[in-house]
Amino acid sequence: MTANSDDDVLKDDAVAHHDHDEGSALPEVALRVRALESLLVEKGYVDPAALDELIDAYETRVGPRNGARVIARAWAEPEYKAWLLEDADAAIAAMGFTGRQGEHMLVKENTPKVHNMVVCTLCSCYPWPVLGLPPVWYKSPAYRSRAVSDPRGVLEEFGVTLLPSQAVRVWDSTAELRYLVLPMRPEGTEGWGQEELARLVTRNSMIGTALALNPADLAGTEQEGG
Amino acid sequence: MTVSDGGSGVVEDRCLAALPSLPRDEGGPVFAEPWQAQAFAMAVSLNEAGLFTWAEWVGVFSRHLRRVEEAGGDSGSEYYLCWLSALEDIVAEKRLLGRRELQERKEAWDRAARATPHGEPIVLGRERDMTGGNP
Repeated sequence: MTANSDDDVLKDDAVAHHDHDEGSALPEVALRVRALESLLVEKGYVDPAALDELIDAYETRVGPRNGARVIARAWAEPEYKAWLLEDADAAIAAMGFTGRQGEHMLVKENTPKVHNMVVCTLCSCYPWPVLGLPPVWYKSPAYRSRAVSDPRGVLEEFGVTLLPSQAVRVWDSTAELRYLVLPMRPEGTEGWGQEELARLVTRNSMIGTALALNPADLAGTEQEGG
Repeated sequence: MTVSDGGSGVVEDRCLAALPSLPRDEGGPVFAEPWQAQAFAMAVSLNEAGLFTWAEWVGVFSRHLRRVEEAGGDSGSEYYLCWLSALEDIVAEKRLLGRRELQERKEAWDRAARATPHGEPIVLGRERDMTGGNP
């Protein structure tokens, strides 16, 4: 089959459905996307190869593991942690993760006195370079409103029990400013290397809707029978 | 900006039961359908090319989310539909594309798709002959 450049880019034939005896009717959304993309490419506003690269990056490469490595390093190296809290943009860029939208990052540290939680009440601003794209619940109206009106209730639904001494702070992300939570380092991890530590850092723990895993959780999920 | 609940019960018991529960996903695909990925990538790419700022994008996008929510819709499931509508708006507002040219191109894709035998790649410009000889 001859390769057609449009069809290399537009991969939604799978959703085409049979129409009449011949031909296929594409769904309305697919037509809208094709119209935008073909015109933007023709006029030189977007490069099809760059679009493919972006999609591949977010589907397969950029994800919460980037953030987990940042957190693990902060747990292991006090100087790095101080830098991260002081100038998150530079400290995160030093690990090779940089933003695409020129946004600034702020890291908020959980302590026995404060638990931090991140939301975007406006839409779904999210620290893509370190966490990838946001999960479904982060984008939902329920989370976006309830994280502010009832943060403890939301945390309960996520199965998070806070210490009685902990206050909850909710940080509302914007287009210019994205937050990342530095969870508390679990007990029983003294002397662990950064790679091991990073396995304890879940996506939700960096949004603040979970705590970091503890070593027992890890044994249960990853070393069954060991 | 931050709001704080100091644990003092500031948040009243305001019909919490009536609030919708949170949708969950663990490890699901980033994009549910390929068109969502395409729409996502176009907005990011145009922003990177300096054609609009991310703050401008958020302004247009959040307007669409709000409209869906005010109409009682679920902006979670319609998230990428809002994204796509916002993209159509911002390329028009920034005069990158005309609304009419976009509409005409959409219709051209529709005709091309309908004229393409099943299983073959859909190519713009292929149109079923509508003037005569249709069975």
